[in-house]
Amino acid sequence: MAIIVQRPKLKWWEHLYIPGILSGMRVTLGHFFSILSGRTKVTMQYPEEKWDSHLPEHYRGAPALVTDEHGRERCVACQLCEFICPPRAITIRPEEIPSDDKWAKVEKRPRAFDIDMIRCIYCGLCEEVCPEQAIYLRKDYAITGLSRAEMVHDKTKLYEIGGVREGLVNKWNDLK
Amino acid sequence: MDWHIIIAAVIKIVVFVFLVTLPMVAMSVWAERRVSAAIQDRVGPNRVGPFGLLQAVADGIKFLLKEDFTPAHVNKFYFWLAPALTMVPALLTCAVIPFGSRLFGEKMVIADLDVGPLFVFAIASLSVYGIVLAGWSSNSKYSFLGGVRSTSQMISYEIALGLSVVPLIMIYGELNLGRIVQEQAMNGWALLPLWGEGLSVKGFILAVPIFISFIIFMTSMFAETNRLPFDLPECETELVAGYHTEYSSMKFALFFLGEYAAMIIGSGLAVTLFLGGWSLPFGWLAPESVDAAVPWWHGLIHIGVYFTKVIALIIFFIVIRWTLPRFRYDQLMRLGWVFFFEIALANVVITAILLAIFK
Repeated sequence: MAIIVQRPKLKWWEHLYIPGILSGMRVTLGHFFSILSGRTKVTMQYPEEKWDSHLPEHYRGAPALVTDEHGRERCVACQLCEFICPPRAITIRPEEIPSDDKWAKVEKRPRAFDIDMIRCIYCGLCEEVCPEQAIYLRKDYAITGLSRAEMVHDKTKLYEIGGVREGLVNKWNDLK
Repeated sequence: MDWHIIIAAVIKIVVFVFLVTLPMVAMSVWAERRVSAAIQDRVGPNRVGPFGLLQAVADGIKFLLKEDFTPAHVNKFYFWLAPALTMVPALLTCAVIPFGSRLFGEKMVIADLDVGPLFVFAIASLSVYGIVLAGWSSNSKYSFLGGVRSTSQMISYEIALGLSVVPLIMIYGELNLGRIVQEQAMNGWALLPLWGEGLSVKGFILAVPIFISFIIFMTSMFAETNRLPFDLPECETELVAGYHTEYSSMKFALFFLGEYAAMIIGSGLAVTLFLGGWSLPFGWLAPESVDAAVPWWHGLIHIGVYFTKVIALIIFFIVIRWTLPRFRYDQLMRLGWVFFFEIALANVVITAILLAIFK
């Protein structure tokens, strides 16, 4: 059903447009001057200002490997994270720890540990599934690169991001 | 051959047109973006240089480096001619606008013509050829419709524009822009007759038709320069980009610059005719006559005053653009032909009667 919209009857001065222009300019100039005086909040100037200090505790950024307080890499190359990873971003090639190594009893460690950050969806399942508490999601979010190869985080890069985590379960320290 | 005159003219042309007006065109693009951003609660371009002031340079480099693409279906000769034809008239009109009183004994106007406003209207209306040619030679429906709209709009409003200046010329009895400004400097600006001979009953009563002229002149200027609220020729929702749809790279930039240059020259003409040109209010620092010597620092102040007024008017143009919605095309034509044409004509008659009464 068609609805007939009644047009408002304009007064003679409204036909002149000039009051309309002036009241319109009052609105626009109001916004203009409130920006100039800094009363209006505008967007964050990203590279100079960042949210980093406001990131919540549970923020899920780039996944990274951690070492314990003895400098031992926590990862034992069990490959659970590789299997659980929904986008299959993680690739692990395990190796045996040689018998003369201090941590020879751990038996296995990753020779290569690659996370393809183009694939990673920051779901945190790797952190959840890890029995050794070796992989954590850190707060890095600005991960960039000029090529696909650059976007793959290898083991050194992962340890660099992860750093050392202390005070977790240390089941390999004592003889069992 | 008087080399002195030629050298002075060349210096004035290079400095005023190429070192001041063209950078001002570029800067007004930046100002447009910053002001519109502020009006819409945004930040605007602020990365290149301090406050983004060098954004114009970045834009210029971008325009130069873009591929200059000529579509296969266009009429090549006219397609290449059109951008130049829009840019050149806009810059040519700089010639007669007095941008200062005198500096080192030299008149601060490139060509001190005795037919100033007529010259401006004659040359400025040439830029419609560029738009017609652009719209037609592009051989695309959007360009064509944009060109047709722009042409009819510019032709319609040129009448109101020309007629709105007639009362002013009648009052001053003068077509030389330099002498018109001198008159305003001594006897009150056309819109502000508060000193000299302007401060009289005659001055106040004549300010009424001048005010009407001013409104018609400014509105017609908006229509002439194809700016909102009259930017029908390039309204994005219907016509993509109007007559310059098919243009790219520097050719597009020329249209863009031509439009802003027309805006700056229009503001310059409005300032010269209605707002006292380079003169300070209340006759401060006003020279005795057109031929009187002016100290060089007075000359510099006058140039500064002129550009301050022009910049203020440009910002007014920009604020209007981001305040008003676009007119419908029939409203535009009705406004031009039914209202402004008649009001401007009546204004001429009223001014003539008033002048006869207050002789």
